Amino acid sequence: MDPIYLAGVNDPATYINWGWLSISVPNLIVILIMIVLFALAILLPFPKGRDRS
Amino acid sequence: MTADSPNPAVEPDNVQAVVDSPADVDTGSSVGLDPTVDPDPGIDPSSSMWTSRLRRAWMSKLPPDELLPDRQPAYVASWIYVFGVLTLAAFLVILVTGLVLAFAGPAWYHTSSPGLFTNSLHFWSVQLFFVFMVVHLWGKFWMAAWRGRRAMTWITGVVAFLASIGTAFTGYLVQTNFDSQWISFEAKDGLNAVGIGAFFNVANLGQMLLLHACLLPLVVGVIAVWHVLLVRSRGVVPPIDTVDTEFSVTPADGASATEVRP
Repeated sequence: MDPIYLAGVNDPATYINWGWLSISVPNLIVILIMIVLFALAILLPFPKGRDRS
Repeated sequence: MTADSPNPAVEPDNVQAVVDSPADVDTGSSVGLDPTVDPDPGIDPSSSMWTSRLRRAWMSKLPPDELLPDRQPAYVASWIYVFGVLTLAAFLVILVTGLVLAFAGPAWYHTSSPGLFTNSLHFWSVQLFFVFMVVHLWGKFWMAAWRGRRAMTWITGVVAFLASIGTAFTGYLVQTNFDSQWISFEAKDGLNAVGIGAFFNVANLGQMLLLHACLLPLVVGVIAVWHVLLVRSRGVVPPIDTVDTEFSVTPADGASATEVRP
């Protein structure tokens, strides 16, 4: 039985064209994930350790 | 002495006699018995041996309490300060899975289930490595992390980033599948156009494999260790306009922040 892939990594990626900007959907997803991670790292409170009162 | 003892010098009774009577032992210079002689010649500050000079330089630049600290600045209690060590953790997974792939070979990692799993682990840890490193880079850029004599820390981070890109690129080229063929011949046109295609031949699988598995991981590893040692010696950069404080991480100490390095 053929394995089931979440994404076809051997297929050509879909590209988004917006004026001069041309970017593949996988690259766009990775960049968005990094931006969200960065924002969360700034905004989310850091848990306090047991040794800090 | 027993008859079956092959060497009387290591007879237990003889060893005990030597320990009980150290004055009877001829040590030549009697070093260690003379109270005027430093029992630990390794800390002689006047020694000019290169080992002593190297140790003194190391101890002055990076004493053990800075290398393995038990106190951290209070401002480190933020998620943005976690991404450096996340990058290192991903790098360790890359190294371990890469070693397994190198020893087992493509016939294993392209066909067997454990091989495919290890191959995927290697690939996805690289993706996480770059995601973590980019967030780390953004965090350090926006807090101007080169402040306070930390320029070399910043520069080694930049060089590690560039070397990592080269390592990942050669990794894509040695997948030995259609994807790697496509990437290499797309890159070949570009590298030929800038005149380095003959020296750095991305269509040469052997050259790319050696660069990916031997040289470039070593470069990234050495620079990463240098980067971490600089972070330990210079300290973690504080946020801009933040009072430099530190917490103890020892439960016995327990309490509040104390100001250091005003």
